[in-house]
Amino acid sequence: MNKRVVITGMGIYSCIGTNLEEVRQSLFEGKSGIVVDADRLDFGFKSPLTGMVPAPDLKKVLSRRQRISMGEESEYAYMATLEALHNAALSEADMLQREVGILYGNDSVSKAIVDATDIAREKKDTQLIGSGAIFKSMNSTVTMNLATIFGLSGVNMTISAACASGSHAIGLGFMFIQQGLQDLIICGGAQEINPYAMASFDGLGVFATDIDHPESASRPFDKRRTGLVPSGGAATVILESYESAMERGAPILAEVLGYGFSSNGGHISTPNIDGPAKAMRRALEQAGIKPEEVDYINAHATSTPIGDANEAKAIMEVFGSRPYVSSTKSMTGHECWMAGASEIVYATLMMQHGFIAPTINLEEPDDDIKELNFVSSTITQEFDIYLSNSFGFGGTNSAVVVKKFNHE
Amino acid sequence: MNKVSIHQKINEILVEEFEVDEDVIHPNALLKESLDLDSLDYVDLVVIIESNFGVKLVEADFAEMVTFQDFYDVVERKIAAKD
Repeated sequence: MNKRVVITGMGIYSCIGTNLEEVRQSLFEGKSGIVVDADRLDFGFKSPLTGMVPAPDLKKVLSRRQRISMGEESEYAYMATLEALHNAALSEADMLQREVGILYGNDSVSKAIVDATDIAREKKDTQLIGSGAIFKSMNSTVTMNLATIFGLSGVNMTISAACASGSHAIGLGFMFIQQGLQDLIICGGAQEINPYAMASFDGLGVFATDIDHPESASRPFDKRRTGLVPSGGAATVILESYESAMERGAPILAEVLGYGFSSNGGHISTPNIDGPAKAMRRALEQAGIKPEEVDYINAHATSTPIGDANEAKAIMEVFGSRPYVSSTKSMTGHECWMAGASEIVYATLMMQHGFIAPTINLEEPDDDIKELNFVSSTITQEFDIYLSNSFGFGGTNSAVVVKKFNHE
Repeated sequence: MNKVSIHQKINEILVEEFEVDEDVIHPNALLKESLDLDSLDYVDLVVIIESNFGVKLVEADFAEMVTFQDFYDVVERKIAAKD
C-alpha cells in the first residue's frame, strides 16, 4: 500500500524574495526580480538581463571548513533549507535522530570549475587550487554539502535534468516516500547566478533583449516576448510521510498526489507536444484524479515561441481550456535547475493564501494559444489542486500534482 | 621581510583565513592540535603561504612543523632561500 506524501516545510531564496513571506507578497503583487547585470555586457553577453539574489553571509553560522566547500548554489540551498526546516519544525536534534534524506536538483557548477582552472593555468600547480574546489566543482555539490552540514543519514544524491532538475528531485522524493523507503527527504533545486554559468546559453541568442525595461523583459506566452531571462537561487521542500508528520505533530502544508515524467526523444533543445502531454497524463494517473479536478497549472513557460506554443497545446490536449494557467517565470525569470522546485513553492504559497499569481507582462497571447485560461493579473481564488510543469534540454519532462491538505 | 613581520603576517593569516582565535597562537603551542588541522587544511596552508610569501610548503616541511615556532622557522628558511 502506497504511503501518503505531504509537504511539511518550504524555504525559498529567490530574486523576488529571500523568504516565504517576501515571496508570497511579490507573487501577489506581480513584482519582477529582473535586473541588468552590467558585468555581462563586458563579458560579451548579448543580454545582460538576469534575476539576482544577495550573497548570503554565512560566516557567523558555518565554520570555515564547511564554507570553503560551498559554491553559491550550495549557499542559496543552505538558506532555503534552513527556512524549510524551521518551517517544518525540525530541529538539529530531530535531524540526527531520524533518517533524513536529500534529493536536490542541480546541473552546473560553472564558476567553481572556471575559478579552479584559472588558478591551475596561472600557477601550473594543482595543489594551489585549494582544498575546497573539488567539493564545489561537482554537480552534486549541494547534496554533499547539505548532507554533511545537517548530518543526514538517508538517501543522498543530486538530480541533474536541466531545467526540470528541481521538479524531478521532488518527484523522486515523492516516490521514495510513497514506497515506504524513506520518511523524510529534503528536496529542492539550486541554480548559480554568474556570467560563466549562462554565457553559452546566451550565445544561442534566446535571452530577452529589452534592456531598458528589465521588469517587463520576461513575458512568456506574449506575442512581444524577445526570449527568456536567466535567474537563480534555491528552493527547498520538505517531503514527509503522512505518518511521520502526524507522529511529530508537524505542520502539513499540502499533499503531493502524483509525479509524471517522460522524454521527448527528439531535438536536443526544441520541445514537442507529446512528451509534456505524456508527463502530465502520467502525473494525473499517479494522482488518481481527472483532468477537470486540476484548478491551476503553473506552466513551465520557456518564453521561446515554440516552447510556449507546444506547452500550451499539450495543456489544451490534456486539460482543455478550463484550468487557470500562469507562469511565475514572468516575475522570477528562468530559474533553470531550481525552477521545478521553486515553482512548487510558489504554487503552494498561492494555494495556501487563496490567490493565483499572474503571468505579468502577458498583454497579448500568441494567436494559436489564445484559448488557454491565462491569468495576467492576480486573481483572489481559493483552489484545491494544482499541477506544476517543468521541462528541460534533452527533452526531459516532469509534472507534479499537489493538493491542499485534508486528513481524509 | 624580517622575522618579526613574518611572524606577524603568519599570525594575521591564521586569524583571518583559518579563523583561529588569536589566543591559541603561541610559539610553543602545538600547531596541529591548536588549529585542529585535518588533511584538507594542510592543502590550504600550502595555498595561503604561497599566495602571501611566494614560497611553497611541501609534505616534508609539515613533518618538522610541530609547534608554531617550527612553522615560522620553516617559512623563514624558505623565504631566505628564495631571496
